[in-house]
Amino acid sequence: MYSRKAAPRRLERRTLRDLQRLLGPENVLHEPEDVLLYEYDGSVEVARPDCVVFPQTTEQVAGLVQIANRDRVPVVGRGAGTGLSGGALAREGGIVVVFSRMNRILEIDLENQRAVVQPGVVNLDLTKAVEHAGLYFAPDPSSQKACTIGGNVAENAGGPHTLAYGVTTNHVLGLELVLMDGSVVRVGGRTPDTPGYDLTGLLVGSEGTLALVTEITVRLLRAPEAVKTLLAVFDRVDDATATVVEITARAITPAACEMLDGWTLRAVEDFIHAGFPLDAAAVLLIELEGLTEAVEVQAAQVFDVCTRCRAREVRLARDETERQRLWAGRKNAFGAVGRLSPSYYTQDGVIPRTKLPETLHRIEQIGATYGFQIGNVFHAGDGNLHPIILFDSRDPDQFARAVAASTAIMEHCLSVGGALTGEHGVGMEKSELMPRMFTDDDLELMRRVRDVFNPLGLLNPGKILPLGKGCGEIRVQPLPLRSSLPA
Amino acid sequence: MPVAEPPGAQDRSRSSEGPQWEDYARCIHCGLCLNHCPTYRLWGREADSPRGRIRQMLLVDQGQLRLGERFVQHMDRCLDCRACETACPAGVEYGRLIEAARARIEQHYRRPWLERAWRRLFFRTLLPHPQRIAQVARLLRFYQRSGLQRLVRASGLLHLLGVAERERLLPPVDDEFFFSCLGRTFPPLGGRRRARVAFFAGCVAQVLFARLNRATIRVLQANGCEVVVPAGQRCCGALAVHAGVRDVARELAVTNLQAFSVDGFDALVTNAAGCGATLKEYAHLFPLSERARAGAFAARVRDVTEFLAELGLSAPLREVRLRVTFQDSCHLLHGQRIGEAPRRLIRSVPGVELVEMHLADSCCGSAGIYNLTQTEAAFALLREKMGYVRATGADAVLTANPGCMLQLRAGVDLFANDARDPAARPIEVLHVMELLDRARAKD
Repeated sequence: MYSRKAAPRRLERRTLRDLQRLLGPENVLHEPEDVLLYEYDGSVEVARPDCVVFPQTTEQVAGLVQIANRDRVPVVGRGAGTGLSGGALAREGGIVVVFSRMNRILEIDLENQRAVVQPGVVNLDLTKAVEHAGLYFAPDPSSQKACTIGGNVAENAGGPHTLAYGVTTNHVLGLELVLMDGSVVRVGGRTPDTPGYDLTGLLVGSEGTLALVTEITVRLLRAPEAVKTLLAVFDRVDDATATVVEITARAITPAACEMLDGWTLRAVEDFIHAGFPLDAAAVLLIELEGLTEAVEVQAAQVFDVCTRCRAREVRLARDETERQRLWAGRKNAFGAVGRLSPSYYTQDGVIPRTKLPETLHRIEQIGATYGFQIGNVFHAGDGNLHPIILFDSRDPDQFARAVAASTAIMEHCLSVGGALTGEHGVGMEKSELMPRMFTDDDLELMRRVRDVFNPLGLLNPGKILPLGKGCGEIRVQPLPLRSSLPA
Repeated sequence: MPVAEPPGAQDRSRSSEGPQWEDYARCIHCGLCLNHCPTYRLWGREADSPRGRIRQMLLVDQGQLRLGERFVQHMDRCLDCRACETACPAGVEYGRLIEAARARIEQHYRRPWLERAWRRLFFRTLLPHPQRIAQVARLLRFYQRSGLQRLVRASGLLHLLGVAERERLLPPVDDEFFFSCLGRTFPPLGGRRRARVAFFAGCVAQVLFARLNRATIRVLQANGCEVVVPAGQRCCGALAVHAGVRDVARELAVTNLQAFSVDGFDALVTNAAGCGATLKEYAHLFPLSERARAGAFAARVRDVTEFLAELGLSAPLREVRLRVTFQDSCHLLHGQRIGEAPRRLIRSVPGVELVEMHLADSCCGSAGIYNLTQTEAAFALLREKMGYVRATGADAVLTANPGCMLQLRAGVDLFANDARDPAARPIEVLHVMELLDRARAKD
């Protein structure tokens, strides 16, 4: 038997029985050895549900929500569980609703560049289904080969190309929702701007606290005529950050502008062989897209800026293979860095891009203070940082220090006029930090909005809005670890 | 930081081959593997995903999860296709982890008696012994040719026994077994010797794929290779490794290390991706102190497509008008990271048009003997695969592993050829070497 102290069972027998009747017993997991596989996601958070269900239709979702509402059981939506803020974890137990079986592309309308999908469709699978027509789905988080569009909607996911194309919310036209009373409603529509309140905008990024999304109408973009990817190599980090500032000052908008610091790129290079020079202090990966002529001009401008900012070398990807390799280096960076240490903590914060140079210095200081090597991989173009803190999860002290260091970084982001999260969401990771960014009145308004949709607080409780506890009280140490394995 | 010894550490201190805490902890549960796992795509369950399986292994290792029926079921359902390794950004060696988990199951879990009986029969009584393989093959050949097979199929008996689908996987037994070639040397043809290779003949391949083996040797000869087929070689042990029967695998490895110890080969060549991956990983079977020899052996192992693409084709090729698609063999692509070599060879044949299918890098469901033990899942994957094959309009599916060929042949019979225009030729299943053999300019 699973011997770890189980959460107290909050599920009544009749709740379970009715769920089994509705979905079939094979689609309801409740044994400890089954539900423990849903206590983690891509983050360092841990929280175990009492039960995990796999609906296949909107009607089933509506039915299970009614059961949960009747019996006052929390309901938490989950896609692939690749999130980085604990959004898909059942912080207060209850039912985790996994959308992996609702993964059909319902409609593809090539002429009007839109598609209707179920929430469990994998992000990259949608692009693969339409790329023959020269279309693609723009949000491209690093987890795009696994994460679901439902999850992207919940967290308002971004990706390297948000710089030019915006985040998920800019690509969602309409949603079908199941509300907490079991009613099914539609918000938005099939065109970009529908009359009335922008409820689609409200729902995207609401992290499953307002409704469960059962169908999504998305916008598809036409693949650009030309793409050029440049790798700029720097001997000093300050030169790299200055380059980012200068590119935007000149009103050049790259499709993506990513930075990896020296320590991170060495870790990546060792594994991915993307072609990053090992002795560099930083590299910028800059992608330009558009009409062939415009891209030529922009590439020349970027080349000029990089050279003026003392880039040691500016390299143009010669072909698609080389371009893919460079991107593989970027998209696999977190995992590759993770190889260096048993656990890692990826942070997500935003700063005004003019504050990049001082912020990197501050992160370095914080690392020194708490005794960690902190790597930096980030969407430099929009000032969206992803510091990576390496630690050993078996050591409670290290975990506490990692959390403290990460909080210090967040505080810095806020102090220079930035934000708590760029794309990973607040989740359970940062809910307690929300009061540092918003006033009580701001938060109260959010709470009132939530209560309209979710009056009993059963939808994904403990996310976004603070519980009013100190971090130390509520953080559970991540797996794999535990006292059976002394460090 | 010292690593705590988890329970069950005794087994590994003896051979020091088992995974350590760091090997599991390398998995950062990012989930990037999920959509690459065929069984996760089938069922959408964490327990049948690489990330979920690793978590279960770790908990069993730590004594926090019971090594019981459920755990065994989820481990058994894994194809060991290792697509997750290719997808993993953190370099988790999933293949080693699943093989270790299965070894643990083999040692500490008592399967139902019928399962125990056939496993013993298959892994211990049959596979390591070429003479017995030959005897079984003769019986099978009698069944297939005496009209008995037709009779049995028509009788409905197979459906009654619930083995009708599995029976479809039975490949026709070759007329002439490959055993007669053991110990022989085949000279290079057409000019100077470009390389000298040792040929790995396989186990059941010697009775089911003797023609493929001969074709492979002809292609090697035509490209200037002297081919030696060392006597005394045995099954590579791949099936045993995948099933967790490591003692048998280790014994086979020792025999093969001996059989191929003759110096003077440029490479040890195999046409079976599954064998190649195992041969290249022989070192994993031995304690650290005894790995040097297996390592040196492994360094010389080449898949035949890898070897020929590296060497370069020197034999003239005639035109073969064929539209083909290529199914990556998992243990070639994910196990050995070879994807371009077979494609390059295919494209080098004039007249051949290679059309890539959707998800060519995903398992067809063959996975060693998975199609026999987990038939339902294997056929679900196969049906999907055949849909992608049909969509390419290809006349032939090429692959690089005999096991995949068995599965794909059943696939085209069951799910592809019926749907084809009756006037069209049925879809063929060919090994890349068979295509090259067909394109060999006859003089």
